[in-house]
Amino acid sequence: MTIGLAIVGAGPAGMAAAVLAAELGIEAALIDEQGAPGGQIYRGIERSQSNSPLGTHYLAGQALAAALRNSRVEYRPSTTIWHIDPEGVLYLESGGRTDILTARRILLATGAYERPVPIPGWTLPGVMGAGAAQILLKTGDLVPEGRAVLAGQGPLLYLFAAQLARAGAPPIALFETTPLENYFEAVRRAGNLWPGRRMLLKGLGLMLAAKRAGIPVRRGVRGLRALGNRRLERIAWEGGELAADHLFLHEGVIPNVQASLALQLRHEWDEAQLCWRPALDPWGQTSLPNITVSGDGGGIAGAEAAVLSGRLAALGAAARLGHIDETERDSRASRTRQALDRELALRPFLDRLYRPAKSALVPAEDDVIACRCEEVTVGRIRRAVRLGAPGPNQIKAFTRCGMGPCQGRICGPIVSAVIADTLGKPIADIGTYRPRAPYKPITVGALAALSADAGD
Amino acid sequence: MFRLRPEANAETIAVVVEGRTILVPAGASAAAAVLLAGFSSIRETPVEGNERAPYCMMGVCFDCLAEIDGVPNRQSCMVEARPGMQIRRQIRARKIDPSAQ
Repeated sequence: MTIGLAIVGAGPAGMAAAVLAAELGIEAALIDEQGAPGGQIYRGIERSQSNSPLGTHYLAGQALAAALRNSRVEYRPSTTIWHIDPEGVLYLESGGRTDILTARRILLATGAYERPVPIPGWTLPGVMGAGAAQILLKTGDLVPEGRAVLAGQGPLLYLFAAQLARAGAPPIALFETTPLENYFEAVRRAGNLWPGRRMLLKGLGLMLAAKRAGIPVRRGVRGLRALGNRRLERIAWEGGELAADHLFLHEGVIPNVQASLALQLRHEWDEAQLCWRPALDPWGQTSLPNITVSGDGGGIAGAEAAVLSGRLAALGAAARLGHIDETERDSRASRTRQALDRELALRPFLDRLYRPAKSALVPAEDDVIACRCEEVTVGRIRRAVRLGAPGPNQIKAFTRCGMGPCQGRICGPIVSAVIADTLGKPIADIGTYRPRAPYKPITVGALAALSADAGD
Repeated sequence: MFRLRPEANAETIAVVVEGRTILVPAGASAAAAVLLAGFSSIRETPVEGNERAPYCMMGVCFDCLAEIDGVPNRQSCMVEARPGMQIRRQIRARKIDPSAQ
């Protein structure tokens, strides 16, 4: 049986798209790896309480999850997609069982993940993403014990500092790595900030909340390093050192393009956001006619924008599947587009302000690990490039970099940046890994259980 | 080390980490259970045997690989704790048991 629309990922974009698609009469399935809706931004949302230290913006996700539960969407949690056939066949695994789903259209709402921050010592236990530590708080009420330092930049860093303070575990310091010239460049190039004033105020509110909580903020931090023997013991930077038990890093988020790259959709290098993203039209349409992308997986714009782009994708799908005509699609989309434009208004300013320093993208030291899985250093990548490996896929063959279980999700951005730096070329010319199925490891047993006629 | 915030979810689940029973809030992941049990690392890498802790907590980095209910190489950050769940840290590469079918 073929359904109308298969949606991948139950974050804000996927939830909003699924609910509207079902309202428009589309037979829609929403497949998600997690056991409950919310994605990462609203992870654990259905268990959250009104006095949550995570705050009101987090609790906004409750309505989305409730709408999904009340919809006619076929919601399939705890289900991993390990391969997608471009013709519309999705290969699933859940609880050790494999399954096949066929759909006339596919919407990828795979969201974003934290940009890897390859500073010296970033593989030491005690060092993790700030978003990762925030997920521990969202899902299990965990807070760091001992001295925690937040380092990096972006709204999430200040948000998480305030959340930790509310949860009774304030960090001992917040280190901002924003290069000081970013402030001038962001203001100079920002143009009209008025349409983005609401978001700007929200950001200033976050910074103020961290200040009110008494968290010391150090700006313009350079040369950050994590030091320790078997686990983090100290943090060093140009001009100082500090004993610490936790270092939570954050240099923004990048689109999760593993599936869209594996599908060989056309991708572009986004020089403003320093990431790869699929090329999309205003309805989220990719280079393949039956596949669309919405939310942060198509370019970083945040949760509110993800909801709106999810709705646009649902309208687009409904028109393509013949549930509504193009006139109705366009009239229903116009207010959504206006709201999306407001959400995107501040984005150029934020992208420029929080543009990572080069040292956050390309480690200066050769002994820094680039590939955490196969433990390949930056120096080995540089040597392979000098030996003639022209791109990321050849670096794999030379060094095993990107061939571990994460399949290049973490080292991909680093490898492309190191190759570009070594050759003196733009990253856009270097490209990125070509991931392949299975997108996530599956057991041989699960694979063997896939019956030959399951797809008919 | 991690601890629970003072007003943590009172609904708890008992899991077994490295043979020791601990209580974790409902909704917590297996990775969170290992961290709450007091372990600073969750695995040792297959290549060089270095200790690692979860890095991304959202299914991307695979640095949280653990053995859950006898199955090795599980992404413990994506597996919700269930009553009686047996969680073991993964030391280097998974063992292949020749006696297993």
